[in-house]
Amino acid sequence: MKPVLAVEDLTVTIGTRRGPAHAVAGVDWAVQPGQTLALVGESGSGKSMSVLAATGLAPRTARVTGRVHLLDAELTGVTEERRRRLRGRHVGFVFQDPMTSLNPVLAVGRQVTEAAEEHLGLTRRAARSRAVELLDMVGIPSAGQRVDAYPHQFSGGMRQRVVIAMALACEPDLLIADEPTTALDVTTQAQIVDLIGDLQRRLGTAVVWITHDLGVVAGIADTVAVMYAGRILEQGPVDAVFGAPSHPYTGALLAARPDPTADGADLVTIAGAPPSPLELPAGCAFWPRCPVRGDARCAHELPPLVPVSAGHQVRTFYPQPSDGERR
Amino acid sequence: MNQRQRADHELGTVVPADGGMPTQREPAEVVAELDDLAVWFPTPTGVVRAVDGVSLRVRRGETLGLVGESGSGKSTTGLALLRLVEPTSGSVRVAGQDVTRWSRRRLRAFRRRVAMVFQDPQASLDPRLTIGASIAEPLIVHRLTDGGAARRRRVDELLGMVGLRSDLADRHPHELSGGQRQRVGIARALAGEPDLIVLDEPIASLDLSVQAQIMNLLRRLQRELRLTYLFIAHDLAAVEHMSDRMAVMYLGRIVESGTPAQIWRDPAHPYTAALLSAVPVADPQVERGRRRIILGGDVPSPVDPPGGCRFRTRCPQARPACAETDPVLTEVDPNHRAACLFAREAVRAMRW
Ligand SMILES: Nc1ncnc2c1ncn2[C@@H]1O[C@H](COP(=O)(O)OP(=O)(O)OP(=O)(O)O)[C@@H](O)[C@H]1O
Ligand SMILES: Nc1ncnc2c1ncn2[C@@H]1O[C@H](COP(=O)(O)OP(=O)(O)OP(=O)(O)O)[C@@H](O)[C@H]1O
Ligand code: SF4
Ligand SMILES: [Mg+2]
Ligand SMILES: [Mg+2]
Repeated sequence: MKPVLAVEDLTVTIGTRRGPAHAVAGVDWAVQPGQTLALVGESGSGKSMSVLAATGLAPRTARVTGRVHLLDAELTGVTEERRRRLRGRHVGFVFQDPMTSLNPVLAVGRQVTEAAEEHLGLTRRAARSRAVELLDMVGIPSAGQRVDAYPHQFSGGMRQRVVIAMALACEPDLLIADEPTTALDVTTQAQIVDLIGDLQRRLGTAVVWITHDLGVVAGIADTVAVMYAGRILEQGPVDAVFGAPSHPYTGALLAARPDPTADGADLVTIAGAPPSPLELPAGCAFWPRCPVRGDARCAHELPPLVPVSAGHQVRTFYPQPSDGERR
Repeated sequence: MNQRQRADHELGTVVPADGGMPTQREPAEVVAELDDLAVWFPTPTGVVRAVDGVSLRVRRGETLGLVGESGSGKSTTGLALLRLVEPTSGSVRVAGQDVTRWSRRRLRAFRRRVAMVFQDPQASLDPRLTIGASIAEPLIVHRLTDGGAARRRRVDELLGMVGLRSDLADRHPHELSGGQRQRVGIARALAGEPDLIVLDEPIASLDLSVQAQIMNLLRRLQRELRLTYLFIAHDLAAVEHMSDRMAVMYLGRIVESGTPAQIWRDPAHPYTAALLSAVPVADPQVERGRRRIILGGDVPSPVDPPGGCRFRTRCPQARPACAETDPVLTEVDPNHRAACLFAREAVRAMRW
């Protein structure tokens, strides 16, 4: 199957006052039609920047290299105008804070179909009934009346539903969801996760879902890529990565979460903090914090991404045994 | 005392029902106590009933966890214990004293008794002050150390307790990582040797690997210094891990309380059951096999809470009686209480 979006050797370097920041230092991933790819990792690991750069939305101060394919089109090297049109037609976005996507002084119905009017050539009348349909689809009660309401008249969860309706208005092939539930309560998060999964099944949309919540990943992802300091340390089918984590970082991250079924002993921690993107180490970026640290290569040589099982790859000189005992 | 007060007055303590001598070991002294507390805020659009009849007790050396959706009144409850909000009715007792009606002047010395750690360590530290000066501030305000040398020694000691090198004292907050800043917030809270520390979402803004560091630190300090915590968080797994007892809030009320094990294994209130079913677990196989209770709609406005049971507008098990009667916290097991007319029964019905 042909992926909806694929990136190859993507790098993003951002010029800052203190020098170049290596926000994304070479990542490869692809998302298949109807599937969900989850990008996980701690704050600053390059999750958002990699999808922004892939869709041509990196900041002006950023230098982007690598290749990006959106369906049949190669996105790198096309004009900004063409990229904007491809993006508008094929990609929908949902961000953490719904208010970054919503105009506070415009009725929600108009906003939902604004892009669709342009990309699908809808008339104003048709757009309004489409807006009601979309709001209804994302579970806004009495959509026919709420279509003329303003964002401030909605709760946070309802606003995020409006943004999802907006993102799906053009029937995109790909939905990019950057921490769409992080600001929401768990019960509201469950509603939104449920909604996106349901729409995805009905519409066949591919999803790239960015989060730092491993629990959310376990529920939504087909494949997962674990990012750290601008690189992918481990990726593969979600069952393989969670069931048999092979990188010491993935294992430690999974063990750091409190487990309500465990005995309440102290949590496993990872000492220290990730490196600054201004000074990435020459070797493995996780080396200073790594409990394994096999030999001197770890500090000086970048470990390659090596396969450990079907579709499951890991960037370490010391893949951890997958006996499942450590969890 | 009205019925509600009576029912949840003993929230999770080990005092026997007849009020006589404890059967097992002597329970630790009560450090903080809220009795039928209401905190209402007048606003242009009506009176917000942020906290509307909450009773709880925290005993020395223990952690009481508080969970609930955004806006359910967790922070306001915490602020009431510091007397940083004005109680509308009910009472606040700390270290044996009723401080409900204390004047601002009298409260000044009291403020040392209860400390608070906030979610965003960036916002709670003065960006112009060095870390050392921030930690020294409560020492100066409450005149806890004699002279500069003693103060510096104490600052060093506090930094050491939270696992920070003493040379960080000369840095400014922006030069620290989020986890380091939160350690400074904790050091500041420890400075006044408080009876109670209110931890309001202390790990919410931190990375996963750093969250575990901070939780371990808080637990170690509690063991070593016999600290007493009110631990407020959205993250149910964190509350379960940290707490000796926990309480679940909904629309200004406690709807269920008990030990984490009781609540996790056998929730008695439909809201708690829905909340627990919504917590994602980092195991794809478990997630695939799980049945979620998806609640419909939104939390009603605290200006105009529903009559009868406050949860009935979203409760999958609401029945006609739920609109008539406001359920009180009632014991379902020893030290396990729920405010539902059909406690347990409703949860069981939801599982089918
Ligand atoms: N406009 C910018 N200028 C300079 N550096 C930036 C800019 N935007 C992002 N960065 C840096 O790039 C790196 C990657 O950032 P990115 O936003 O992709 O992280 P993330 O994984 O999405 O983190 P989070 O979980 O916090 O959203 C970070 O170190 C960040 O500080
Ligand atoms: N000073 C105030 N004036 C008016 N309303 C207030 C004030 N403080 C809090 N509220 C309201 O009281 C209710 C309870 O707020 P509180 O901050 O205690 O909730 P919370 O449970 O801590 O929520 P969160 O999880 O979002 O922090 C909310 O509806 C809030 O908007
Ligand atoms: S009292 Fe009724 S509405 Fe309230 S939680 Fe129980 S069953 Fe639901
Ligand atoms: Mg991001
Ligand atoms: Mg709060």
